[in-house]
Amino acid sequence: MDTKRFVLIGVGGQGNLLTARLLGEAALDMDIPVVVSEIHGMAQRGGIVEAAVLVGDVTSPIVSSAEADVLVSFEPLEALRALGKCNTDTVVVTNTAPYPPFTVAIGQGVYPPVDEMMDLIKAKAKKLVAFDGNAMAESVGNPLALNMVMLGALIGTGTVPISAEQMKKTISTSTKKAFLESNLKAFDLGMQSAN
Amino acid sequence: MHKLLTDAPGTQMLLLGNEAIARGALEAGLAFATCYPGTPSSEIPENFFNLCKETDLYFEYSTNEKVAMEVAAGAAVSGLRTMVTLKHVGLNVASDPFMTLAYTGVKGGMVIVNADDPALFSSQNEQDNRYYARLSGCPMLEPTNTQEMKDLTIYAFELSEKLELPVILRTTTRLSHIRGAVKLGELKPVKKVGNFEKNPMRFVTVPAVSRNLHVGLLKKYDQAQEISSEMPFNEVIGNGKWGIVGNGVSVDYLQDAVADLGISDKVSIFKLGMCYPLPKDMIIKFLNSVEKVLIVEEGEPINETDIKAIAQENGITIPIKGKGVGAFSRLFEYDPGMVRSVVAEYFGIDYKAPEQVDLSSMPELPGRPPNLCAGCPHRATYYCVKQVYGKDSIYPTDIGCYTLGLLPPISMADFVVCMGSSVSSGCGFSKANDRKVVSFIGDSTFFHSGITGLVNAIHNKHNFTLVILDNGTTAMTGHQPHPGIDAGPIGWGDEMDQISIEDLVRGLGVKDVHVVKPFKLKKTIEAVQATKEFEGISVIISKEMCPLFAKATKQFKKTRPFYVNTSKCQNHRDCINLLACPAMYIDGEQVTIDENLCVGCSICAQVCPENAILPLKQ
Repeated sequence: MDTKRFVLIGVGGQGNLLTARLLGEAALDMDIPVVVSEIHGMAQRGGIVEAAVLVGDVTSPIVSSAEADVLVSFEPLEALRALGKCNTDTVVVTNTAPYPPFTVAIGQGVYPPVDEMMDLIKAKAKKLVAFDGNAMAESVGNPLALNMVMLGALIGTGTVPISAEQMKKTISTSTKKAFLESNLKAFDLGMQSAN
Repeated sequence: MHKLLTDAPGTQMLLLGNEAIARGALEAGLAFATCYPGTPSSEIPENFFNLCKETDLYFEYSTNEKVAMEVAAGAAVSGLRTMVTLKHVGLNVASDPFMTLAYTGVKGGMVIVNADDPALFSSQNEQDNRYYARLSGCPMLEPTNTQEMKDLTIYAFELSEKLELPVILRTTTRLSHIRGAVKLGELKPVKKVGNFEKNPMRFVTVPAVSRNLHVGLLKKYDQAQEISSEMPFNEVIGNGKWGIVGNGVSVDYLQDAVADLGISDKVSIFKLGMCYPLPKDMIIKFLNSVEKVLIVEEGEPINETDIKAIAQENGITIPIKGKGVGAFSRLFEYDPGMVRSVVAEYFGIDYKAPEQVDLSSMPELPGRPPNLCAGCPHRATYYCVKQVYGKDSIYPTDIGCYTLGLLPPISMADFVVCMGSSVSSGCGFSKANDRKVVSFIGDSTFFHSGITGLVNAIHNKHNFTLVILDNGTTAMTGHQPHPGIDAGPIGWGDEMDQISIEDLVRGLGVKDVHVVKPFKLKKTIEAVQATKEFEGISVIISKEMCPLFAKATKQFKKTRPFYVNTSKCQNHRDCINLLACPAMYIDGEQVTIDENLCVGCSICAQVCPENAILPLKQ
């Protein structure tokens, strides 16, 4: 089976580790060989959190520079920062709602305009899927469902050998019941935005 | 029921590497486990802590790693299967008992899980603890994936009992924090009561005894080396003439590299599952079967040096290389692309790496370093101390979330090397410099190794201020308990007694003690001022619970979030410039507070010269 390498970038608290774990569980349910890697610890205090999901004939748990098939970023600035993971065949999926780092707030840097960042990524990657994921999560009444929006968008790209039905089944069994309805709605909105 | 207690042999679960180790220990009938938490090992004990009340396992968070090792030693020499988990620098703390425990050996299987941190994801150094196997004489095992993390854990207990020696299971950050499929085995019943047999000639290590014990330890080394050449996790994959030796996660990179380069038929991979003692006989046979060898190992050139020595002793003259080939160095981590390139280079394969997108036109991107959380009490304490002691005083700090005080605008961390060093180095800084010294240490770290430094400071009449940041938990590693906490709210009130930091500090003889609530800035500043005027050791205990922990344990007292009244705000920006709270951001030209992130600690409101920051009306 072909190897597929997915990199998931987020900021501490955005929930990209859960997204990675759900992909892993869905793959395991489908008997697809999978390995997931996560970084825990100090990085999670408002810093960048990187996860990787690799499926197929592969044993390495991480993705080297220029080797991502898909880069999923929960934040637009972090999509640009992680662009080194991409080659000219990489699909980039990103949330466009900025989560500015505190360095910007205290004047130690300037947050680049989102449009310019998106243009830059579009010019370099094979395909860019960009949408306001925060707005989608809020529209289903659950701002924490950004990770489901991003998961839906990734599945929507058709690059993952996991069906939407399987993914929804995994979401149903592995996330809190109280949020299930909004999680599934968020997942659908994400999927639609990638189609 | 805890998921790691799932009694369904043969089924597959997606487990974190650390969960796989915990599961392996449970399948091996683990009876007794101790630790002081340390990333990247913390999820192993976290699982024990969460499940032990459902089982016969005894688990405790010990005061520090040395204590954990000694508590476990008592159980292991009494015949119980015992585990100690720690991060690489944790083994430094535990090394004193560990070195001599290797002499006495154990009766019940004892497994030390050691998690190294190449590339320093969350550590102060990247020391390679494979040297500890050599230093102690204890065997070391290295898994390469989640399944092996479980299986090797079980094997480690068996090996430990066979040799009557502690066995080290070494992981790295990558392995501890991968998730992969693990096939479950049977959960073995726990032998929970030991029976210590007195034997002073083995267990009381006076010189006359230890001389004999060292002889015995070397005999065990010989025995372990024979086992190493027969054990199933030392394995040669393939039968080509190009030899590659790998350990740990590097084996994964190697296997993928060989497949990607299409050279599987030309290569033999020696996968080292037991890296100490090295399987000498197997290695000689391997070296004699190949034309050249590449050693793939992160960290120090340990396998490389030893394998070169084995070749030399046996008159084998084929090329053997490791560090220095391509990008292979002693620094940081390896990665799949790097290993693929180096394998191609060393064996002369035509290979073109995937082409990275052109990054030349990238704008300058603002950094995103980790930051103290919104409502973190450390921010308030740092602010108050800085108001009194200014920028020129010396601020030794310690290991914990508060180390992030390093970053501007707080910039209140001048020196840290290890747990507890803030207190003892404060003694040195205050004697060596004609400047004020204020040391910062967390509550958990104070119990871990700050107390002895404080005893020294009092006894030797040093002159500085110690600030104990008491947030009621071990926050950085994931909210583990420590001796100073009230364990009632986390459901452990019957098992844990609370030690008062204030009573302890006063009991040691500190005369100038202040207990403050850091969110009350004015009173806190007054207390800090008093310490500046005091000659001798002052202690400030800054008491306010970590808001994340308080929320997670339903101890959070809901307070109204704050907002900026734009008609009053004069844009001084003291709030954001002095505090850098992540709940604040600049919208256009206006400082704004994200009410979803604000926990209502109110310190920005107290700092604002215009009183323009107010609680939201509900």
